Formats: sequence, C-alpha cells, structure tokens
Amino acid sequence: MPCGLFFETYQKDESIFPTLWLRVWMIALGIGLLIFPFVAQPISDWMGMNMLNMLNLMFIYIVGAHGLNLLTGYTGQISLGHGAFMGVGAYTAGILANMGWPFWLALPMAGFMTAAVGMIFGVPSLRLRGLYLAIATMAAQFILDYAMRNWSSLTGGSSGLTVPAASIGDFTFDSDFKFYFLALALAALATLYLKNVTRTRTGRAFVAVRDRYLSAEVIGVNLFKYRIMSFGISSFMVGIAGGLWAYYITIISDEHFTMWLSVQYLAMIIVGGLGSVLGSIYGVVFMVTLPELLRLPAEALTNLYPDIFVIFSSLREMVFGVIVIIFLIFEPDGLAARWHTIRAYWKLWPFSY
Amino acid sequence: MPLPSAAGQEQRKDSISTKPLLIVDDIHLRFGGLNALSGVSFQVQQGHIQAIIGPNGAGKTCILNCICRFYHPHKGRIVFDDKDISKVPTHRVAELGIARSFQNIELFRGMTVLDNIKLGHHVHMHSGFLSGGVYLGKARREEMRVRAEIEERIIDLLEIEAIRKQVVGTLPYGLQKRVELARALAMRPKILLLDEPMAGMNLEETEDMARFILDVNEEWDVTVVLIEHDMGVVMDISDNVVVLDFGTKIAQGSPQEVSKNPHVIEAYLGAEDAAYSKLGL
Repeated sequence: MPCGLFFETYQKDESIFPTLWLRVWMIALGIGLLIFPFVAQPISDWMGMNMLNMLNLMFIYIVGAHGLNLLTGYTGQISLGHGAFMGVGAYTAGILANMGWPFWLALPMAGFMTAAVGMIFGVPSLRLRGLYLAIATMAAQFILDYAMRNWSSLTGGSSGLTVPAASIGDFTFDSDFKFYFLALALAALATLYLKNVTRTRTGRAFVAVRDRYLSAEVIGVNLFKYRIMSFGISSFMVGIAGGLWAYYITIISDEHFTMWLSVQYLAMIIVGGLGSVLGSIYGVVFMVTLPELLRLPAEALTNLYPDIFVIFSSLREMVFGVIVIIFLIFEPDGLAARWHTIRAYWKLWPFSY
Repeated sequence: MPLPSAAGQEQRKDSISTKPLLIVDDIHLRFGGLNALSGVSFQVQQGHIQAIIGPNGAGKTCILNCICRFYHPHKGRIVFDDKDISKVPTHRVAELGIARSFQNIELFRGMTVLDNIKLGHHVHMHSGFLSGGVYLGKARREEMRVRAEIEERIIDLLEIEAIRKQVVGTLPYGLQKRVELARALAMRPKILLLDEPMAGMNLEETEDMARFILDVNEEWDVTVVLIEHDMGVVMDISDNVVVLDFGTKIAQGSPQEVSKNPHVIEAYLGAEDAAYSKLGL
C-alpha cells in the first residue's frame, strides 16, 4: 500500500489531477453533472425549488466569480465595479443580439467590450491600492450604473431590453434544460482556464504583483502590464458571464447590475476563498444555495403563522448575513481552506500527530 | 563537493582578464537635504566576489538600489556589461542579467518554494495569458523545461529538495534566505547583488551560505556583489572590498589591505578607540 505520493516525472507532479482516485472522482462528477438535468424534475419537485434554474445561475456566476478571483484573489486588486462590468457584458450581448448578431459572435464581443471598459477603469490601479482602489472602482460602478439607466436609446432604460434566446445553427437554448449544457460548458472552460493561467508564467506574475510588487519588479515583472492585464482578463470573464445572463434571462434591466451585485461577487470569493480556483466555485454554490435553503423553513413557518410572513421574509436575509459573518470569523481563508484542512486530516488519520 | 583551495582560487582569478563588469561612476543620491551617496565610484571585475562594507547608514543598500534602478541617482552613471543602465526602467534590469536578494526577505510569502523560484525565471519564459491558459504544446513544454532546470541546477545545488512544496511564509528564517538566493539564481544572472545574505544566521547556516556563494561564483562564473557585516565571511570569501562611510568611499582593496587601512579602523571603531588600538591598548 502506498503511504504517500511519489511521482517519478515532472509531468505527473505538475498535472491537475495527479492521482488515480482524483481522476476517478472528477470523471464521476462530470458524468453526474451531465446526467443531472435528465433527473432534475423529480428532485426539484421533492426539494420544492427549481434545481435547473439554480444550477444555471451558479454556472453563470462561476464564470464571473472566477474573473473577480483572478483580479482580487490572485492579483490583489479589489474591485467594487464587477457588478456593473457584468452589466456591460449583458447589454453588449443584448444590443448585438437585437442587431441580428449570432450568439457565438455576440458572446465573445460582450467579453471584449467589458475587457476594454474594465481596462480603462483599471488604470487607477497603477497608483492606487487597497481601499483607495476600492473607491476608484466603486466610481466605475456608479458611472456605468448611471449610464445603463439613463442612456435609454441604447439600453432601453428602466423598461429593460428584450434579448432573443441563444442559438447556434438551428439549435436554440430556450429552456432551462437546454441552457444547462451551454452554461456548464462555459463554467468548465472558465475553471480550466483559470487553473491553467494560475499555474503558468502569467499567473505566477499576478501573485508576485499581489505579494510583493517591489521584488516582482526586480525579477522582471512589468507591473503596469500585469495590473492592466489582470483587469482585462477579469473583466472579460465577467463580461462573458453578463452575456450569458442576458441570453438566459432574456430581459435585462439596470436593476440587476447594481452595487449589491458587486458586493455579492466579492462575498462569493471571500467566503469561498481568495486566490483559489475551487474557492470561487464553493463561494458561488454557497451564496446561491443558502438563500434557497433558508427559504424552505421560512415558507414552512409562514404556512403555520401566516401573519408573521413579513417578519420571516426579512429574517431570511438576516440569517444569511449572520452565517456569512460566522464564516468570516471562523474560516477567514474561505471554504477552500476548510476543505484543505479536512483533506489533510483524513490523509493523516488515525495518526494525526 | 570539496572546496577549491584558496591558492587555486587566487590563481584562477588572476589568470582571467580583468575586465570590469560593473562600473559605478560618481553616483550622487539625495533624499531631501540628506546626502545618502556623494560621489561613490568603484568597479567590479568580472568573476570577482566584491564586498561592500561600512557602518550602518553608510549607503551600502542605497548603492544596490541604484544599480537595480529603485533609486534614481541625481548625478553619475552606472555601466553594466558595457551598457549604460542609468535610464533603463526597473523591470528591464532583470533581463540584462542583474539579480539581487534583499536585506529583509522579499519573497512571495503565499507561494510555494518552487513557485517562488519559477518566478525568478520569469524573464526567460515566453508563455502569455492565452498559451498559458490553454496549457498545451509550447507552454506546457516550457513549464516542464523550467521545472527540470530549476530542480536539477538550483534546488539540488542549494539542498532545498525537502521544502520545495512548502509555502514560503511557513519556513524558518535561514531557509527563507536560501530560497531567496535560489530565486535570484533562477534569473540566470551575470551579477548577483546580495544584501546581507548571512544576517541573523547561526554559524552553521553562515558557513553553508558562504559555501553556496563560492560555488555559484566558481562553477557558474557569476560575479557577486556582497554587502555583509560578518567580517570573518568578508575577509574569507571576497576578492576585493569597498568600504563606505557617510555616503563616500573611504577605501578599496584586497581584504588584507582594507583591514589595515587607518580610515577604515577609524570609521569602525571611532577616532579615539582607533588611537588606543594603535597603541595596542
């Protein structure tokens, strides 16, 4: 029986899934995710919520959270503008779709447009760090928010913009079931991309900029280039998430892309784990599932005591806030770190000394 | 590996042509009204271990910061490898072959030892955010080549195999210093600027570090500029010593010459004590 990992080649040591068991589990997860939509209906009925809808939202948010994690977790540049950046992606995709652009062209354009906007608002990062950068990106949030609401000729203003469903060739992603596979593919692609970037030259340079920018410069990392590049890639991913959102929801209005969404994105990566690929996935799953799970007891209690429904609906938000605070106190490094601790424990069990 | 004898070392160094690799020419550096460096000039010969010593606040680290372009001198010129680098931006200095370590360890604390060393190789790699993100073909081969080179040349030389997967922030001080040297070596430097590599080390660690510096100098033919307070080490391993005091050069020469120089004794011991030491009291 092997009592440790003993790799004989550098390729094996550097692979994403180095052990047989890990590969088996990943394949199982992949198959599970592919089969899930076929059995989703009974599960949804039993749980009392629309599982497919929830998973689709999760996949969309995963793409965006990966983007923000690259910027904030890996490069150490906080952004409070990612909610609005997602809106830029959504509106770009929506407007282009209404102009008759095909889905496969409009979605990347949403990414590029958002990358351009993100890089412009990322320029202050050359001088500003930490809280100061947070305020600067918050300005981006308000400016873009204002534009989305008031530039009615382009965005439809507060009455919103209708977007046709996504279609490739003759196939239209017009139901939760069909959209699931599209969102799953893009979330998987984003995850793979982030994992690969962070284990190669560019990703290491990002972390160097985060940890010690002075010695990063000494080893030849161009701070200007990598700070802006980080904003660009991050905004691109969030723009793709926005485009997907537009095609999924099919009606977009400015209400969704407010400061609250930016804060939610930040909460996702902080609860999940900054600077960890798995972290953004855990964070999204946590932030999307928890409110739904809290809804169930709230509704059950409402059936018993209809009069206090109002109190319970706000109680849900409060419990949500309390749980997030508890997480930050007891696991400030996020769910990904907790997962590592659990794994390390079982690796050593029963000899935990 | 047995250390080359001192005599053999002297012979080899004398036989190579004495060509200055680094020329520091009349550097003036001011912070507000304070003259940190006022007209410092010296040359570092190719293949030498050049020590810079001096009391605290003499401007030793300032010199290194000028060479790797953190500080911009008000006057003077720095020539490296026949190229004036006084106008080169900071992040391009690494490409020229100048690597340095810091007095207070400046490692990327959240990363593993291996990733830190790989980062030292940054300027010699080419994959970008697209090819790296796909991680197939060229980017993958490059990663593997770098990994092999680092493992077989640097990690092996510095004897840090056991800690290569550990996060740097969790390592003890002496090992962190060693990782910082490893990162500098991964830059394939022509010249290595070491700012107090032995500070805060015990005797054994100091001896290890001295051996690594000699190995790198001998085997890789890397010129070394060394700031160090441990006089024993300086006297033992350096070929030439520059002594700074209050931002000016007060002496330069072989370790033996410098240690007998009255200005140096005065700077280190103070004028009065120096007078006593002359009388043998």
